[in-house]
Amino acid sequence: MMKYAVEAEGLSKHFNGFVAVDGISFHVLPGECFGILGPNGAGKTSTIRMVYGFSPMTGGSLKVFGIPISLGWREIKSRIGVCQQENNLDPDLTVQQNLEVFARYFDIPKKEARERAVKLLEFIALGHRRHAKVPELSGGMMRRLVFARALINDPELLILDEPTTGLDPQSRHQVWERLEELRSRGLSVLLTTHYMDEASRLCDRLVIMDHGRILVEGKPVDLIREHVGHDVIEVATPTDQLRAFVQSKHVIHEDVGHRLIIYGQHSDALFHHISTAYCEEGCVLRMATLEDVFLKLTGRGLRE
Amino acid sequence: MNSVSSIRISKRFIRVWQRNLTVYRSIWKIVFLPPLLEPLFYLVAFGVGLSALVGSLRYQDSDVSYMAFIAPALIAINIMQNAFFENTYASFVRMYYQKTFDAMMATPLSLEEIMTAEIVWAATKAVLATAVMQGVISLFGLIQYPAGLLILPLAFLGGIAFGSIGLFFTGTVQAIETFNLPIFLFITPMFVFSGTFFPLENLPSWAQQLAAIFPLTHLVHITRSLSFGRVEPDLLWNFAYLFLFCVIFFPLAIFKMHRRLIK
Repeated sequence: MMKYAVEAEGLSKHFNGFVAVDGISFHVLPGECFGILGPNGAGKTSTIRMVYGFSPMTGGSLKVFGIPISLGWREIKSRIGVCQQENNLDPDLTVQQNLEVFARYFDIPKKEARERAVKLLEFIALGHRRHAKVPELSGGMMRRLVFARALINDPELLILDEPTTGLDPQSRHQVWERLEELRSRGLSVLLTTHYMDEASRLCDRLVIMDHGRILVEGKPVDLIREHVGHDVIEVATPTDQLRAFVQSKHVIHEDVGHRLIIYGQHSDALFHHISTAYCEEGCVLRMATLEDVFLKLTGRGLRE
Repeated sequence: MNSVSSIRISKRFIRVWQRNLTVYRSIWKIVFLPPLLEPLFYLVAFGVGLSALVGSLRYQDSDVSYMAFIAPALIAINIMQNAFFENTYASFVRMYYQKTFDAMMATPLSLEEIMTAEIVWAATKAVLATAVMQGVISLFGLIQYPAGLLILPLAFLGGIAFGSIGLFFTGTVQAIETFNLPIFLFITPMFVFSGTFFPLENLPSWAQQLAAIFPLTHLVHITRSLSFGRVEPDLLWNFAYLFLFCVIFFPLAIFKMHRRLIK
């Protein structure tokens, strides 16, 4: 039994002097779902592209299934499934041909390829569209097909780069359910996402990256507790009296101008006081989420 | 760190070639039309129309009809165009718009295998089109056999040469419109100045020497010789020249695509 599905030590990637990934270290355990979160340009995609052998790394060491990527790239690539960010399906082929032709790249025999393709199309509920051409599919169907294609070689590690971006809620939930089903069979998953609910639901552990570095690593629940506490009070258009009160109380908070965000533990009493004394409306007490952690750590400035 | 410690080209490139064949088979009726009809158009227009003006001409110390003169050139042009356009426009669409190569590179295929398959596919397409076209032209009795059979392997060699040059441009151009430039500066001059529609001997000697640089000149010369049933050792020079083009542009095309796609 191997120790790690993926093991990166001091991994870095430079593009003509620009540092996209700046010496990060992380590991993915077998059977684990590991998430890489971060704003646009944080280095998520660059990182996983190195893991699946698309981009050569600039520095550090990277092992997949215990094999150094530069030595055993072909074996590694034959044992992983990759769902890339773009829907790069083959528009010249039908839905089923997309899977069968892809199976050939893995040297899967024709008969077995057909059986797997039929089974996978049922798995993602596209069996009825197997003879359709790719351009005839909806965005959600295409994404599901990309997902199924990543499974054609029965991978031990599934790499998903923003698997549900642009999907409607129904399709997202379907992908999640399928993913959970696969995980129960022991599949390891490495995933990037912009959706915090997706990360909370799917990931056993995750890292939040920014500017090519890892800011934090841990279980979603632990990260929330550690960085923002249990719950959050949000006040829309806070008054100066409230600001003064919050500062005098020394509670952890964030002032974003038109909104005041107060992090804390079991803040029922505090919430009651604030809502009666400082604001009649626009005052909410809610559970802390991963999104709070993310915004607190990476800031609220827009990323281009 | 970018060490390549295992050989990056294996016979797995056939898988990518098969992908193109699968697509080809689903649209073969459309793909077969041009090589079927094009020689007919040309033979009627040039052969019948121009023949009235030209009559027959002197080619290598014998009189040949104008139709017999241009028919092999049509085949050679067809080889060039099939391979060149496959590895320029069609490969560019697969690379840039369809991201087909990106998807392939997440499988056990190497970039070198994908590009090798693209070029070998272009050569295959050139052979298939040649077979169709040759069949049509043979009906007019314009190709001598068995020498004419050698045109098929020649089509493969020519296909590799022109495919490699095409893929080299695909690795170089910024946008698909830019292909106009190599077509205008490279393909079109070859089309008219490679001994295709008139004997090169009609040109001044400096122009003849210039034409000898064009790979199409050599492809036309071999195709025409074979069509006339002439298999002589001097043809090996022309073969060698085409082969040289393959040896230079095949690795250059892969190098360019590597620089373009591996980031």
